Parts: sequence; structure tokens; C-alpha cells
Amino acid sequence: MTKMTLAKALNAGLRRAMEDDDKVVLMGEDIGRLGGVFRITDGLQKDFGEARVVDTPLAESGIVGTAVGLALRGYRPVVEIQFDGFVYPAYDQIVSQVAKFHYRSGGRVAMPMVIRIPFGGGIGAVEHHSESPEAQFAHTPGLKVVACSDPVDAYWMIQQAIAHPDPVIFLEPKRLYHSTKAEIDVDGSPGPLFASRVTRPGTDLTMLAYGPTVKTALTAAEAAAGEGKSVEVIDLRTLSPLDMAPVYESVRRTGRAVVVHEAHVNLGLGAELAARITEQCFHSLEAPVLRVGGFDTPYPPARAEEYFLPDLDRVLDAVDRSLAW
Amino acid sequence: MTEFLDPSPSHTDMVQLLNPEGERVSHPDFEFSPDRPEDEAVRGFYRDMVLTRRLDVEATALQRHGELGLWAQLLGQEAAQIGAARALAPQDFVFPTYREHGVAWCRDVDPMQLLGLFRGTDQGGWDPAEHNFGLYTIVIGAQTLHATGYAMGVQMDGLVGTGDPTRDTAVVAHFGDGASSQGDVNEAMVFAASYNAPVVFFCQNNQWAISEPVEQMVKVPLYKRAQGFGFPGIRVDGNDVLATYEVMKSALKRAREGGGPTMIEAYTYRMGAHTTTDDPTRYRVSDEVEAWKLKDPIARVEAYLRRGGGASTSFFAKVEAEAEELGERLRAGIHALPEPDPVRLFDNVYTELPDELREQRDGYAAYLSSFEHEVASR
Repeated sequence: MTKMTLAKALNAGLRRAMEDDDKVVLMGEDIGRLGGVFRITDGLQKDFGEARVVDTPLAESGIVGTAVGLALRGYRPVVEIQFDGFVYPAYDQIVSQVAKFHYRSGGRVAMPMVIRIPFGGGIGAVEHHSESPEAQFAHTPGLKVVACSDPVDAYWMIQQAIAHPDPVIFLEPKRLYHSTKAEIDVDGSPGPLFASRVTRPGTDLTMLAYGPTVKTALTAAEAAAGEGKSVEVIDLRTLSPLDMAPVYESVRRTGRAVVVHEAHVNLGLGAELAARITEQCFHSLEAPVLRVGGFDTPYPPARAEEYFLPDLDRVLDAVDRSLAW
Repeated sequence: MTEFLDPSPSHTDMVQLLNPEGERVSHPDFEFSPDRPEDEAVRGFYRDMVLTRRLDVEATALQRHGELGLWAQLLGQEAAQIGAARALAPQDFVFPTYREHGVAWCRDVDPMQLLGLFRGTDQGGWDPAEHNFGLYTIVIGAQTLHATGYAMGVQMDGLVGTGDPTRDTAVVAHFGDGASSQGDVNEAMVFAASYNAPVVFFCQNNQWAISEPVEQMVKVPLYKRAQGFGFPGIRVDGNDVLATYEVMKSALKRAREGGGPTMIEAYTYRMGAHTTTDDPTRYRVSDEVEAWKLKDPIARVEAYLRRGGGASTSFFAKVEAEAEELGERLRAGIHALPEPDPVRLFDNVYTELPDELREQRDGYAAYLSSFEHEVASR
């Protein structure tokens, strides 16, 4: 057992994936000598060489587009997008090329690629450094989208994503990179990648979260417990495809659901979750599915981000509104 | 403006080995030296160009008859494509735009598969790995990055500069004058230069990006842009199959040997419309088209072969018969292309069908079969 932060766990997971498969190649800006701006690839270029940990020119479309070519040549590129807001220059390559290659080739061509994106806010950054673009990718057929929320998942999920034959958008909650440590049993074996998981059992209300808001949800559940309210927290983990079976099972028991994400509420993942829960659990619902998320504004300046991000109080307010329905 | 600040071309060198009159001309750096007897090689080029043109003409006619949704014509660009493609080694890999029908021909892609894409029965029916020829790419310039990445992979595989010409591998990125404005093309050139990737950027400058003339966006000769990225650029007469073949051969050799990228500007002309939905009479004058007809890539090779005795009358008759046969095959085959099965829409979105997509598919299948039941019960 080793105790690691989420950042260190990703580093260890990447290292192990590179040891397991010599076709795994890391690409990105400043990921070599610097080890990435968040140090996720720290030391990897030193140990695996410049051919496998590739410092790229500063052009995101170029990074993803050349990664497509490498994948066509039989490599497994793992691309680091430096910040969420910098993924948009690569949007065309991701949506028009990466996502569609397998489909339009009639299944002849595989596109095994992982695009790692540090996402979400809460780090006091300047603009374009705190975005939550997951819905844009989850809306795109051909892509798989996952988000880790703790070091153990980070360690295993990155390896599973790299080994997976379809392209995976891998979202990393950047504000949790260097926060809490967790024990990781590197000799253990992980559960399935594309599965959601009940992180805290409860009976009165189901709370759905992923990435950085899992921590918020767990804190809220703890606070609610102090007031005698039992909140079940589900970490979705996979955003495309969604793994809804545990969600339906939970909501049919609790009759109430609250979705928490940092992304804008309008047409965010919460909208899809609410629609599906309504379709599948209609007769079990005691209240409409409520959503707590970023407001439908651009991400605000850093000193205002605490107002924008769903925090403990806004989540508890949603719990109260749901229970009072 | 001082001369120093004047970006306009002072002169442009264009490699030419066969002029529009069908006369061989010499060039200080390039000499036609095919891998087989000269006349045999030229006859081969002629055959390729005639059959490619026939494919293009037939496909255009099939579109007019409503059999294809669209067709992107290559009329006038046969020499650029055949010259570029016949210079390839079997192990080289090509990333095409959506107009490289001549290159596809040389890479043994069945023309029926090209028609499938434009008929709308599939989105690329050939296996890129089988032909070393990628799928057609509609988003302008996107494939130049794929070519560069693939070339980086070739390099990682250690298949550059080994000295073994049967193993060393080059990659070709096709694009056009319009695409040269795209960020992806410029990023591809930055990456290729940065990693010294074994890629040849082959730009068919056909003078028109749909209705926008090349001069509107290109203020120095295109091939001169390469220098700014840090590798050589060269302009070749794209209507001269001999010159295109030789220039391409040397660029591919350079790439395979580890010399890095080259940009080739094949100076040619789109004699037809951009696609079958386009109407070039709205934006260009017929005098221009007539002037380029005099530089026709096939006519000059025919003139050369007939004048020099490089081919017999029966050769021309045989190629014509082959072209007829190809036309018949395409017309007959178009209806044999399988129509897409609605339930198979869901295939190959992912390598395995996720549960939620399976439910969508099964629901749709049940919905469709409910109509069958309705019909049966009447």
C-alpha cells in the first residue's frame, strides 16, 4: 500500500501503463523536462525518453491531430491538454476526426487515444483555466468521457482508459490534484471503468456528482446527516456512456435526486440525468430532479468563483428544497 | 516600397520536363528516370490518366443521373495525382483529401468504393491499412496533421534512414491551395519541421478554392511558405506527369532517408467545377478555362507518345477500350452497392456497443418491426 495524492496517483498510473505497453506515448505542452504544469508527468521523460514523452509545439489541434496519425500507425497516444479552456482549438480534431474514425471506417480503424484534461475551477486561476467542458464531449457519439474524483480511481482509471480501444476524454479534477492522499493497493485490481458507484449509502435522497463535486457532495451528505437527513452519494465516474442502473436503483429507493456539477446547468449533464431519471423512475419520484451547478454565465474572475461554484450551502439548500417538496 | 519589403514573387521556378506541346525539356536538377524503360513508363502514366479521367467523367454523369449525391471532380489534375502516386514505394502511406481519385486508383482502391462514399452508402469502404491509403477527409486540411503524426510514428518505428529502400517509409499529405490557409496545415508543417518527420506535403494548387481564387489568400507563391517552416519547397508543373513523378520521387527519397519534410506545390488547374453542386460560370471567365485546356495533362503525353513513336495506334485503342469497360463497370455496379441497413446505424460507433446504445438500437428495431406486423395483419 502506498499513500498518494491524486496527482501522484496519475503519475504512477501513467508510468505503469507505459511499462505495460511500449506503444503508449505521452504528448503535450511542457510535459517533458518540466513534468507538466501540474507535474502529472514528472520524471517520465527522464525514464522513458523523449520519443515516448513528447514535448509538443504549442498547438492543441496539432497535438490531437498528430496523435490521430500515431494511433493510425499503431501507437496509443495519451494527450495532455494543459488546461480545460485550451481544448477548444483541438475541438474539430476531437469531434470530427477522433470521435468518428472508427465509425466512418466501418470499424476497420481503431482510435485508441486518451485526451487528459484538467477540469473545473476553485484554484483562483485567470480566465480559460477553470472550465467544465464535459457536456460538449459527452454529447459527441464516438467519444467516451470519464472523470476521476479520488487518488485510487485516478491510478486505475487512467490505466484502464489507456488500455481501452475507443478514444477516451479523461477529466481530472485539478483542484483535487494535490489535496488529500489515499492508500493505493497497486497489487489490487480495479472495478470496471465504465461504471458509476455508490460512494456513501443513504435513504432519503440520491445525490449525483463526478470529479471535483464528489467531495462537495460527500461533505454535504455529512452535514445533512447531522440534521438527520440521509443522503446517498453516487460518483458517476463515467459520463459517456452513463451507467444509470445504480442511479435508478437508488432513486427508486429514495424518491429524490439532486445533481451537482460545476458545469453550467443549462444543457449540462444534469439535464440528461434529470430526463433519464424522470423517464425511468417517474412513479418513484417524490420531487422533481434538482440541479446545482455553475450559473449560465461565463466562468467569472477568480475572486468571484466562490459565488459561481456549487458549494456546501447551495447543495444543502437543494437537499432542503427536494425534501420539502 | 523597398525591394526588401516587397513580398511579391520576383521570379518563380517551376520544374517542367514535358511541355504542353508534348516536347521533352531539360531541367538542371531533375531528369526523367523511371524504374522501367522510359516509353513503357510513359505509356503507364497515360493509361492511368485516361482511366482516372474516365472514372471522373462517369462519376460526374452518375451524379447527374441522380445516382450519386455529390462528386468532387478531378478533371485537369490527373498528371499531378498520377505522377505523385506512381512515385510512391509500396510501404509509403498516403493521406488524401476528397479529390484524390487518381491516387486511389494507383493504390488499387476499387473505384466502386469511391462511388459508395459519394452515393452515401458508406463513408469510406476501403481498408486504409490494406492500401496504405487513408480515408477521404472532408474537413479541409485535417488530414495533414494525421499524415504528420503517422510520419512521427514511422520515425518511432525506426523506419527512416535505415538505408534499406524497401523498408524506409515516407508519408504523403495531400491538400489544396484552399487548405493552405487552414490552421491545421500550418500546424502540421510546424510539427513536421520540429520532429523532422518523413512527410511530403503535396499541395495541388488548382487555382480555385470553390469560388475564391488563390491570389485572394496566397500572397507569396505557395511553395515559398515551406522555407518559413524550415524545409524546402518546390513548384512543379502539375500538368506534367513526368516532372511531378520526378519531383515527388526525390522528395519521398529525401523523407525516407531522414532528410525531413518537403513541400511540393503542383501547379495545376481545376478544369471542372469544385463539385457537382458548384457553378464556376458565376465566378470565372471561360477564357481562363480555354487557356488551361491548351495545357491539358493527357493531351501532351499523347502528343509525345505519338510523335516519338513511344506507343502504337493499337495501344491507344486498347486504353480506350479499357476506359469503355471501366465506364460500363461503374454504371452497372452502382446499383449493386448495398443500401445501408437502418439497424446497422449503431454499428462501429464504438468497438463494442455500450448498453445504452444497445437499448436505443433494440428500441428502434422493435419500432421498425411493428410496421412489418401492421402490414402483415392487413
